[in-house]
Amino acid sequence: MADIATRASYGRALADLGEKYMFAVMDADLSGSTQTKKFADKFPERFINCGIAEQNMIGVAAGIAATGMPVFASSFAMFASGRAYEQIRNSVGHTKLNVKICASHAGVTVGEDGATHQFCEDIAIMRSIPGMVVISPADDTEAYAAIEAILKYDGPVYCRLGRQAVPEVFDPATYKFELFKAVPLTQGDDCAVFAHGVMIDRALKACELLKTKGINISVIDTHTIKPLDENTVLEYAARTRNVVVVEEHSVIGGLGGAICELLSQKLPTPVTRLGINDVFGVSGKAGELLDYYGLSVDGIADAIRNSVKNKDGAQK
Amino acid sequence: MEQSKLLYLRKKAAQIRRLIIEGVYNAGSGHPGGSLSCADVMAYLYFEKMNVSAADPQDPGRDRFVLSKGHASPALYAALALRGYFPAEEIKTLRKLGSRLQGHPDMHTVPGVDMSTGSLGQGFSAACGMAKAAKITGAKYHVYTILGDGESQEGEVWEAAMFAAHYKLDNLTAFLDYNKLQIDGDVREVMNPDPLDEKFRAFGWEVRFIDGHDFRQIEAAVSSGVSGRPLMIICDTVKGKGVSFMENAVGWHGKAPKQPEYETAVKELESALEEFAEVE
Ligand SMILES: Cc1ncc(C[n+]2csc(CCOP(=O)(O)OP(=O)(O)O)c2C)c(N)n1
Ligand SMILES: [Mg+2]
Repeated sequence: MADIATRASYGRALADLGEKYMFAVMDADLSGSTQTKKFADKFPERFINCGIAEQNMIGVAAGIAATGMPVFASSFAMFASGRAYEQIRNSVGHTKLNVKICASHAGVTVGEDGATHQFCEDIAIMRSIPGMVVISPADDTEAYAAIEAILKYDGPVYCRLGRQAVPEVFDPATYKFELFKAVPLTQGDDCAVFAHGVMIDRALKACELLKTKGINISVIDTHTIKPLDENTVLEYAARTRNVVVVEEHSVIGGLGGAICELLSQKLPTPVTRLGINDVFGVSGKAGELLDYYGLSVDGIADAIRNSVKNKDGAQK
Repeated sequence: MEQSKLLYLRKKAAQIRRLIIEGVYNAGSGHPGGSLSCADVMAYLYFEKMNVSAADPQDPGRDRFVLSKGHASPALYAALALRGYFPAEEIKTLRKLGSRLQGHPDMHTVPGVDMSTGSLGQGFSAACGMAKAAKITGAKYHVYTILGDGESQEGEVWEAAMFAAHYKLDNLTAFLDYNKLQIDGDVREVMNPDPLDEKFRAFGWEVRFIDGHDFRQIEAAVSSGVSGRPLMIICDTVKGKGVSFMENAVGWHGKAPKQPEYETAVKELESALEEFAEVE
């Protein structure tokens, strides 16, 4: 299977779902990049290009949703969630309207555009809105399935999509996506690694690498960041007593933050958060940047190995 | 405008265009179309109009420039390099890991960049802020900014427009690069901002509409400011200007030329430059 970017899965899902369901799709001059163009070409009467006006896009989406028609609204994560934050908070969050903000080009894998376009705080700000569902699918199969699931869910959703093509994680023939349910991908007692989005593939590769060194870890695809699948997080934290979170997001407020909030109250456990360390991004190639910020397969494996060492040290 | 000055400015614009293509090609990504369309205005500002010095990029009295359509950074970097702020060779590091020439202009990494931009609409507000600050302190500098026609769809642009007229920012000159294209297509089909001249006039601006590739018209417009009002110069331009296959082609908004395309572009730009071989 060729690598596919989750934004491409999104476009394909919209174009397919448009045949079965009544909903509108909106964009802000990035329909080729976000891939809403696939829907626009097929259902032009239900596609609304707002021009470069993200705040208005979200406000209009709220109005359309208030009439009963679900809306998907897309732009780069920076502008869809960042520029229009307050509109999302008040016109979509507070109102509980059926708007699905599907934001592509999240994180540093935007690449060469640099700091102003690499939004590594989107999950933090979206997660802080009461009632907002926040998801971040790992690959083509999961993203495609997630789009139908969030359409069927009644309420506001933020869905994070990537620019970069990523390898297949799930088998489309057998994978059953369940919203709100984390997916354990490997089993091991040395460490529980929670990850989402583009980092799933790298976390799995780190798992393979560690296996050759005698370290066995559980990798858990935590595609739904809010509401967090507390039972699964608690179960694996209890089993491993050693948690590592890997995400292409700031170490502040993302999945790492969510897991720390839960564990500090219900099951205090050491947590290592791997992500963007409270800095702005820089220009570079996508893969190169993940490595630069310590999110290479080796970097992840090293951090996990250290966490296991610390755990063993503490037990002695 | 004297013939010698005209030729000099045209040469500078041609050099800027050459560096834009060099940068974007080496980067393998970036925005050639909107960089090429504003190259003449950039040449006029940096080689005729603005009171700036590469020797003292932080001089508090210097004129300010804000590239509100920050994706046209190659045009700004090219102008700054040719003005001596950094070596022109450095354009080849554009958008690469470790380079100070970030995809969008960063005021903390590149000498001569007065404001970091990249998120459309925000540079225009910042330019208003710089002009307003001069009104408070009595500083005599002038503020210049370039925005895109697609960018004018941002609500913030109109909030800033209202602000500038309200505070009588006659020390602010804005250029709107009216190249009629944005990413998803023709600006007028995506979200029609026309008539931009009437809109800015209604917002209290002094407005000119010129051919943005004609230095005589640029000069006449820039020097036609009126006391008590900000000046908006709407520049009718060709997106991709100077590289035949990029001209008026929406696909060249945010894409780098591959090698054969690069070679064709270089051939065209170098032959344009030959015309000015004798020009000092
Ligand atoms: C707030 C914001 N939304 C979206 C983008 C993505 N984007 C970059 S350039 C561009 C189109 C700009 O069109 P225009 O202003 O006409 O620029 P030009 O034609 O001069 O290149 C868009 C939508 C952005 N940089 N900032
Ligand atoms: Mg334009």
